[in-house]
Amino acid sequence: MNALVQVRGVCKHFGGIQAVDNVDCELHEGEVVGLLGHNGAGKSTLIKLLSGVYPIDSGEILVRGASHRFESPRDARAAGIETIHQTLALAENLDAPSNLFLGRELRTRLGLLDTDRMEHEARQVIQRLNPNFTDFKKPVSAMSGGQRQTVAIARALYFNARILIMDEPCAALGPAETRMVLDTILRLKSEGIGIFLISHDMPDVFEVCDRATVMKNGAVVDTVKIADVTPEDVLGMIILGQKPKSKEAA
Amino acid sequence: MRSILDKAGFDARFSALVLALAAIWVALAVATDGVFLSPRNLYNLSIQTCVTAIMACGMVYLIVARQIDLSVGSLMAFTGMLIAWTQTNWLGIDGNVGWLVSIAIGIGAGVLVGVFQGWWVAYRGVPAFVVTLAGYLMYRGAAFLVADGQTLAPLSDNFQRLGGGLQGSLGPVWSWLLGAAGVAALVVQTVAARRSRARYGARLAPLWADALKLVLIGGALLAFVGVVCAYPDPASEDGGGKGLGLPVLMLLVIALWLDLVARRTRFGRHVWAFGGNPEAALLSGLPTKRLLLQLFMLMGALSAIAAMITTARLGSGTHSIGQMAELYVIAATVIGGTSLSGGTGSIAGAIVGALLIQTLDNGMVLLDVSSAKRQIFIGMILIAAVWFDSLYTRGAKR
Repeated sequence: MNALVQVRGVCKHFGGIQAVDNVDCELHEGEVVGLLGHNGAGKSTLIKLLSGVYPIDSGEILVRGASHRFESPRDARAAGIETIHQTLALAENLDAPSNLFLGRELRTRLGLLDTDRMEHEARQVIQRLNPNFTDFKKPVSAMSGGQRQTVAIARALYFNARILIMDEPCAALGPAETRMVLDTILRLKSEGIGIFLISHDMPDVFEVCDRATVMKNGAVVDTVKIADVTPEDVLGMIILGQKPKSKEAA
Repeated sequence: MRSILDKAGFDARFSALVLALAAIWVALAVATDGVFLSPRNLYNLSIQTCVTAIMACGMVYLIVARQIDLSVGSLMAFTGMLIAWTQTNWLGIDGNVGWLVSIAIGIGAGVLVGVFQGWWVAYRGVPAFVVTLAGYLMYRGAAFLVADGQTLAPLSDNFQRLGGGLQGSLGPVWSWLLGAAGVAALVVQTVAARRSRARYGARLAPLWADALKLVLIGGALLAFVGVVCAYPDPASEDGGGKGLGLPVLMLLVIALWLDLVARRTRFGRHVWAFGGNPEAALLSGLPTKRLLLQLFMLMGALSAIAAMITTARLGSGTHSIGQMAELYVIAATVIGGTSLSGGTGSIAGAIVGALLIQTLDNGMVLLDVSSAKRQIFIGMILIAAVWFDSLYTRGAKR
C-alpha cells in the first residue's frame, strides 16, 4: 500500500490537557478518511498538527514515507498538504485572487505583485469549481457562504496538493452548496487526491468516506471501513467510545 | 450614485473626502477674503501638511494592521534633538558631513526605537496601545535629557534648507519639469494598466472615467506647481518663484513608495491581509511577528524624517516639537478612510486627510481663532471622522 500520510503515535498537550493522545492514522491515494468525534475530541487539534499550525510534542508524521517536522503552515504546504480550515482562513477585506495566493503571491520580474496574472489564474481555477462565480474584484466580506468556500477550496487545489484536509467544509452551507462541495470531494478522490474530512453529518460521511477514524478525549477509538459499519455503529463509537461489536475493525 | 462611481473605478469614500476638502477651501477663501488661497499661504500649507502626511503614511500601515502608535510626537522630539545635538555639540555645522551624519543618526535612532516597540508588541504580546503610550512619556523625557532641556542652535545652513524655508525649494524650472514628468508618468501608467487588464480579459473601467481621472489628478498637480511657482522667492534676485518645497518632494517620494509597497508588494499585501484577519494570516503561514516589527520600524523612520523637517524649519532643536502630533496624524489617517477596525486604508486618503486637518488648522489661524478653540475643534473633527467611518462600514456591510 502506498500511504500518502502516516501519523504514528502523535501527542500534543496544552498545559495539563492532553489534546491529542498517541494517535495513529493513515491516508492513501484516492481515499477519503473521515475524522469523527465530539467537539473537543481532538480532531481540530490533530489537523492543526498536520497543517503545521502547532508543532507536535512527540510521535511522527510521514508524508509519502518521509518523516517531516512542521514548524509552520509553510512547511506543511511545502510537503503537499493543503488545509481548508473550518473558519476558511480568508482575509475578508481582500478579493478572491488575493486570498487564493495569500503567502504565495505571483510576482513580476521586478518583484512586484502580478495582480493581473493572479486574477487570471484565479478565474481559471475558481470557475472550474463554480461557474457562477464572476466577480473577482469583490472582497470576501461581500461573498455568500458558498462563494467563500469555493475560494478556500480553490486555494487548496491551485497548488496541486495531493493531500487535502477539510475541516467541516459544509457546516455553514445550504443544500445546493453542500452538494457542490461533496461533488468536488468525489471528483478530487477520483483524481487520486487523499482527503481527511472532518464532519458531523452522518449522511455526508457515509456518502463520500472510505474509512472513518473516530476520536474521543484526544485518543483514537478505532478506524473502520465505512462499508462495514452502520451509522448507528459510528454514533456509538463517537458518543460512548465503544468499538463496533458486530464487525471486525479495518 | 454609488454604483456609477464604482463602475467608473472611483472610490466613493475618497471622492467624498476630496469634495469635502474642496468645499472647506471655498468656504475659507470666502471667509478670509482670498488670503487663504494666496500663493504664500498655500506654500506654507503645503509645508505644514508634509510633516503630518509623512507620518500618516506610516500610521496607515499600523492602523491597517490593527496597531497604533501614540508615541510619534514624542519620538519626533527625541530624534529631532539627536539631529540637532549631533550638529551643535559633535560634528559642527560647517561642511556637509555633519548634517548628513546627523540625519543618519536621527533616522537610525527612530528605527531602533521602532525595533524596541515592535519587539514588545510582536514577540512579547504587549498591546501596541500600552507600549506606545509608555513611549509617549519615555521619548519626551529622553528628548529633554539630550541637552538638559536646552534649545540647540544654530544648525547647518544646508540642513535648514530641508525645512522648505530659505533656498528650500526647487525653483520654477525644476518644479515645472517635475510636474510635467508627473503627468507623463500618470498617462503612461494608466495606459499600461489598461493594456495589462485587457490582455487577461479582466474588466476595464470605461475610457471616459480613466480620462477624467487623469484630467483631475494631472490638473491638480499642475495647478499646485503653478501656485507655488507664483510665490516670489525672497532669496531670488530676479523675483523668481519658489516652486515645490523640499519637504513636499520628500513627501512625494515617500508616498509614492509606500503606495507602491501597499498595493504591489508582498509586504503590503501581507499587512492588509493581517489586518483583515490575523488568524487567516497565521494559518496561511505569513511571518506575522516579523511583519509587526517591521511596521514599527517604518513608523520610527518616518517620525525621524518628520522631526528632521520640523527641526530644519525651526532652525533649532527643541524638545517641545511634535506635541499633539500623534493626534493630528491619527486624525488624518482616520479621516483619510483608514478604518480603526483594521484591514482598510490608503496612502492617498491619508495625505488628503492630512491636508484637510492642516487646512482647518491653517484656516483657523488666518481667522484668528485661539489655539484653545482650535484644539477643541480638531478634537471634534476626530470624533466625527470615526463616527463617519463606523456609519460607512455598517452601510457597506448591509
